[in-house]
Parts: sequence; C-alpha cells; structure tokens
Amino acid sequence: MDKETLIAQLKEIVKPYAKNEEGLLNINENTDFVNDLKINSANLVDVILDVEEQFNIVIDNESMERMLDVRSAMEIIEAKLAAK
Amino acid sequence: MNKRVVVTGLGVAAPNGVGIPAFTEAIKTGTSGIRHIAELAALQFSCQIAGKPEVPESVQLQYLDPLELRNFNSNGILYGLIAGMDAWKDAQLPAGADVPPDWDSGTIFGAGSAGVDKLREAIYKVDDMQVRRLGSTVVPQTMASGISAWLGGKLALANQVTTNSSACATGAESVLMAYDRIRYGHAERILAGSTSDAGPYIWGGFDGLKVCTFKHNDNPAAGSRPMSASASGFVPGSGAGALVLESLDSALERGATIYAEVLGGHMNSGAQRGDGSMTAPNSTAVQRCIREAIKAAGVTPGEIDAINGHLTATGKDALEIENWSIALGRKGKEFPYINALKCMIGHCLSGSGSIELVAAVLQLHEGFLFPNINCEDLHPDIAAIIDPEKIPQQLLYKDLNLIAKASFGFGDVNACVILKKYK
Repeated sequence: MDKETLIAQLKEIVKPYAKNEEGLLNINENTDFVNDLKINSANLVDVILDVEEQFNIVIDNESMERMLDVRSAMEIIEAKLAAK
Repeated sequence: MNKRVVVTGLGVAAPNGVGIPAFTEAIKTGTSGIRHIAELAALQFSCQIAGKPEVPESVQLQYLDPLELRNFNSNGILYGLIAGMDAWKDAQLPAGADVPPDWDSGTIFGAGSAGVDKLREAIYKVDDMQVRRLGSTVVPQTMASGISAWLGGKLALANQVTTNSSACATGAESVLMAYDRIRYGHAERILAGSTSDAGPYIWGGFDGLKVCTFKHNDNPAAGSRPMSASASGFVPGSGAGALVLESLDSALERGATIYAEVLGGHMNSGAQRGDGSMTAPNSTAVQRCIREAIKAAGVTPGEIDAINGHLTATGKDALEIENWSIALGRKGKEFPYINALKCMIGHCLSGSGSIELVAAVLQLHEGFLFPNINCEDLHPDIAAIIDPEKIPQQLLYKDLNLIAKASFGFGDVNACVILKKYK
C-alpha cells in the first residue's frame, strides 16, 4: 500500500473524532492526532479500535501508547500488515 | 443566609410528551403514554406494557452530536439531557462549547442507575475476553454520575455537579438539595432533576418482585390505575424531568420567567422499622415528612390547595391517602385536591419525582389540575376518607396557591416539596 492511500484511509478513520476540520483537510505524515486534529485524548482508543477493524490487525499495548500521530500510525499499521 | 428560591426553567422527556408544550397538552387532555412493548412480551414479562419517551434520531441530534451518538446506548442519560438542556434553554441561560465556566451554576441531577443497556454490552465483551475492545464510551455512559457529568459539560456548569440517588424519591430529593444549596448562598442556580433508564433490564427486577400489573397487557392506556378499586400494580415507566432552581435575586436581575417558588420541604426515612421495610413505607415517617415539610415551608396544613401524590397504583394508594389525611388533619370535603400523574405515564422510578414536579409547577403557573384517568372506579377505602370531588377526573381550571408534592422510595425514604405560586 502506498503512503497516499494509507493516509487517505487514516483520514476517513479519524474524521468522526477530529474537531479541527482544517487540520483534517491538511492531514499528512506530521499530523498529530491531539494537537493538530483536536481529537479528545479519550477517543484515541476508539481510533485505534477502528484502525484494527479496518486493517484486520491487532495493535499491542506498547504500539498503542506511541500511536499519537499519523507517522507512528502508518509505521505500526505497515509493520502489523507485514507480519501477517 | 436565607435566600428565596424560585423555578425559572422547565424541561421534560416523559412517556406522554417530550418537551414542555407536548407534555402540557398531554397532561391536560389526560393522554396516556403507556404502550404495549413487544420486547417485553418476547422476553415473557408478566407486565408487557410500559411508559417510554419517544425520541427519534432527529431529536437525539439536537442534544448530542454525531460523535457523541457513536456507540451511545444509555437512554437514561439521553432523557436527562433532553430535560436538562431544555430547562436551561427555557430559563434563557447560555449553553454550548463557547460558554466559559459558570461558577455560580451547578446541577444536582439524580438517577437510579446509569446506562444499564451500555453496561450489558460491556459485560458481554468483558466475559468474552474483549475488554480491550470496549473503547472510550463505557465509563461516561455507565457511571452513576453520568447524567450530571454530561449536563455539566453541555451547560458549562462550574458549581457543584453531582448525582443523587434515593430510589423513587430521587427527583423530589434533588429539588430539595438544590433548594438548600441556593438558599444558603452556595450557588445562584442549580439544575435540579432526575432520570430513569428504560427497558427490560431496569423493569425486570420489578416484574420479578410482582409489583407490576399483568392484567392490562391488551389495553395499555387503561393499565396504570392509581386510586382505582381495580389497581393491580404499577406500570413501569422511564424518562426525566428538570427544573432550573434559582435565587429570587438572580431571577429578578435577569428578568427571568418565574414559574413558582420553592418554599422548602423535608426528607426523611422510616428506617425500615415498624410497618416500614425495604419495599414498604413506614406510615409514621410519611406523616412526619409531610408535617415537617409544611412546617419548613412556613405554611399551615389548611393552606395546601392541592397534592401531587406518589400514588403508584399498587395496594398502597389508600394508605398513602390516609397518611396525607392524618398528616394534614383534613378529610372529606376539607381535603385538598389530589392527582396522580402516574395514571398517564406509569411509574417512572428514579425519574418520577422530577417529571411529576414539572407537572405540579405547570399546574401552579397556569392554574389547572390535570385529570386523574383510570380511577372511574375509585377505591372505596379512598372514598371513605376523602370526597371524590377532590379527585378530579376532568381537567379543572383553578387558581392554585400551594401544592404539596411527595415521593416515596424503596429503602423507606420519603421526600415532600412545597411549591407556591409566585406573586
């Protein structure tokens, strides 16, 4: 999967939680979920569950802890997909 | 400090009307909100009729945004939000994410349980070793204080934000606790109210206790029969009522509509002694509660124009009437008017007191007594104590000055509120 496709899929996943529409519009590898998209920190677990469902992967606790931005999310998803 | 306290906003989500205009129309016309519930029949409940506010998704979206509605499954919180946010708006107080914390406004919003449907979902996941898939939505929807927490955020309430719980006395208790907090100057405004979840997991326990009627499954609107000779148990209900209580000073300063004055009241318990138990009231305590409420309000028993009873349509209704009669020292034609909203909405449990208080305030404000439906066959034990004319079966327009409202709950707990028309 290329980066653009992955970011587009992540964009759809975080869309319901993102309070900052401009941040969502400009989503890129450097986007931070809480600071740039204004996602309520409690909703980060929901984002992770939605990612798991979308990609049919299981994200372990250690990965969850660092999945705070688009770049780390992409790394984790790619690693989990590769390990499948 | 001993401030006067008035009601400046009302909201309701009742089985026979969501929103004050629909509810007012329903109670004036004696419209029942009791319906046959297919789910209860499928689950083989003895009582297959119940009262449940009708809240389509279009209405839900007026109170919760699409993200909040994602995985939302707590109808008690939904009803409480409708009643509470409506009451706040009715009082013309500001709400929304842009409103800064209001240190002088709080909420005491009661509940009997919280999000039992949501809790059920969570329990199934946990037992299935899926705890990691619960997500973020379980705690805010199942914590006992869920409703006050949700309201606090929606309305920028930054004074005390809490949930009280005293079974079916919860709503009356919340008003009295709010009254105290304002009276002593700890807050200017308290959103007082209470809510009850709907559904089989709330109502099942009462069905199991055999306190609900099983004789009216084919005629729901006639099922809830307070004060009737054919009363055979209560009909379970659900919903929420809310009242903005405010210091008179603040209300006058804002130019707010004043619906009524809260003169005070009393709360007590029979301690489950004598004829009191976990499920039955101690009459000594009930009478004492009413007398102390009247004393606290600074009025006399002879001045009470009308009673909004607890009156659930079980075998205890005649005893309640007797207790009122003894406590007030009034009987026959000298007894105040009395009505029981449960005839139209069933017993809305922890939400009942608040919904019924909203009805009582509307009666004072507009000058009417809503009709008692389903007691055309008045119980002879009641007719022996009070003149049947005091139990209006048709809408009666009447200028009322003082209404006493009492609620009694499991645990042998009692609460009585005295409301006065504001002049």
